Amino acid sequence: MNIVVAIKHIPSLADELEVNDEGTNLDYDMVDFVLNEFDEQAIEQAVLVKEASGGAVTVVGVDVIEELDGVLHTALAKGADKAVKIVGDLEPGIDSHTHARWLADAIKEMDADIILTGVQAADDLDGQIGPMLAAHLDMPYLGVVTGVEVAHRVATLYKEYAGGMMGKYAVSLPLVVGVQAATKPPRYAPISKIRQIAKTAVIEEIEVDDDGPGAAVMLRKMSPPVSTGHANMLPGDAEAVAEKIIAIIKERGLL
Amino acid sequence: MDAGLDKVDAIFEKETAIIDGVDISGPWNRMFKERVIWEYTPELIDKVADLPGGESFAWCYQCAKCIPVCPVDMVGNYGPRKLYRMAQTGTDLHKSEELWLCTTCANCLRVCKKVVDMVQIMPAVREQAVLDGNVPEELQKAFEDTAKFGNPLGQGQRKRAAWTKKSDVPVPIMKKHGQPVDVLWYVGSYPSYHPRGIDAALAAARIFNALGIDFGILGPEEKDDGDTQRLAGESGLFEMLAEHNIAMFNKYEWNTLVVTGPHELNAFKKEYPKLGFDRSALHYTQFLVQHLDQLKPMLKHEIKATVTFHDPCYLGRHHGEYDAPRELLRAIPGLELVEMGRCRENGYCCGGGGGGMWLDSFTQNHTTMRLSERRVLEAVAYGAEILAVCCPFEVSRFEDAAKSTGNDQLKVLDILELLDQSMRG
Repeated sequence: MNIVVAIKHIPSLADELEVNDEGTNLDYDMVDFVLNEFDEQAIEQAVLVKEASGGAVTVVGVDVIEELDGVLHTALAKGADKAVKIVGDLEPGIDSHTHARWLADAIKEMDADIILTGVQAADDLDGQIGPMLAAHLDMPYLGVVTGVEVAHRVATLYKEYAGGMMGKYAVSLPLVVGVQAATKPPRYAPISKIRQIAKTAVIEEIEVDDDGPGAAVMLRKMSPPVSTGHANMLPGDAEAVAEKIIAIIKERGLL
Repeated sequence: MDAGLDKVDAIFEKETAIIDGVDISGPWNRMFKERVIWEYTPELIDKVADLPGGESFAWCYQCAKCIPVCPVDMVGNYGPRKLYRMAQTGTDLHKSEELWLCTTCANCLRVCKKVVDMVQIMPAVREQAVLDGNVPEELQKAFEDTAKFGNPLGQGQRKRAAWTKKSDVPVPIMKKHGQPVDVLWYVGSYPSYHPRGIDAALAAARIFNALGIDFGILGPEEKDDGDTQRLAGESGLFEMLAEHNIAMFNKYEWNTLVVTGPHELNAFKKEYPKLGFDRSALHYTQFLVQHLDQLKPMLKHEIKATVTFHDPCYLGRHHGEYDAPRELLRAIPGLELVEMGRCRENGYCCGGGGGGMWLDSFTQNHTTMRLSERRVLEAVAYGAEILAVCCPFEVSRFEDAAKSTGNDQLKVLDILELLDQSMRG
């Protein structure tokens, strides 16, 4: 069984996000990049499936800022068997359509049985990579999945619904899964192991040309939200504060 | 001579003696049969002792001197003797939760006649546990954050010098400074990011400026020293961070390396040299005490309080420095320094070392109270109004412990903060 994980390298939310001088996107020179956390879950789920049912895990991602190697080495240390990066003369801020097309073109060559990807990513909260991959590859898609088991070419998927409901699906392979969470928390890859792998691992490269936005949607303006109001703290003891609250309510005509 | 004593029957010896079919010939204290100790598991002791660094585990002869000085035993059931006995009777330390409780405070090593060295044993076994994927969840988070962001608090690397914006005195950052400095100040992760750690960093900046010290910091080029992660079993992470920091230290010209924290002191003095770093370091108390003559007249404002001092394990026992912090405290007018029973060489541990900083909830399940809470109770019992510290792990640990034990009146302050207060009023 060929298990493929499609991943995305995104700006770290631990950094102070700043908008570029043109006001059209983030200032990508001022942020570090990390692996999308839902993709971390997808990698864990892929390795769990491999451990339970056999197969080989290939991790593939677009190397937007030429720093994806560390992420791929970590995935290999966690149990992935092969790493592929999509490279080219790329700039950060690639939209989901382009991302999905490049990933799908790469995955087409991999004879994939099951493709796992994070259900969404914190950079655009688009949630579209999974469904678009499925469309490109002509496979079914199921998202917000919190557990995957595979037996006899049928995947049993657990999907989370609102209100604490859980759905259980049986889907024939091949398919694309949008992972919300793996069955277990992502395992730890010891740095010594990652460093060892970094010395020997061969990462396959696929060249692409950045031919502009993939959808007819352009991000025209980006700005931090303007705060329109703020909480007013009322000082004093409980009785004084209560009196002030009543006065405010009366003043606003709410009583 | 007493007649009753000089008349002793000669001991009657036979060449051979067979009693009830068993041959008991030979010296009177010989063993008749080899004793089969089938209930013991020496292989589990060997499993530890066979690791590089784990050798001394097998030397334990169960004298139990370590137990009354073990800070974890004081709030639980622990200590090297007990760990040895557990291994001897079936516990695989590699898989046991007991593995994560030792703070590597080294008080056991101080009293051990056999030099059983938990400071070497613990990281050796933990490294194997980490490689086997047995890492407590809280600790894993700290490892991952350190690997991703260069600090265990999970804050952005680019924000490492953000605290300097709050400083009312200049804090030169080497990359922009563009000239050699006398003192390279390694700030450390907690003083860079933790709100209470930042208070100490700001105080240090003011003191350095007042003393006219030509200093600089690495800022965004500085990463966590990694030594506590090493002691918690992540030697690869430690090496990665050490290589980075050593490259940064070598990138600039400076005369003295001063650190805010004792764990960094340990890293740079004992561990980085193994990776090729050939320069020494000073803890800030050791550095400031050299400037005491200049500092003293600046300490103009009285701090009228009973103060006790908590010796950090990695400044005291690990590096033998007990006097510098006390000299600084005694230089503050009005301040009355009282010693707790467990002080200096026998100082208690705050619980943060060896990875304990990132195992708070985990440790809770094995102890009756936090080590920091035990220590705060001791400080209160000695009548302290202020608990003075000089390790960045301790301010938050003891402040939380003061609150959780209902001793909000006890103030926890870094010596830097006390000096700064006395300077500024």
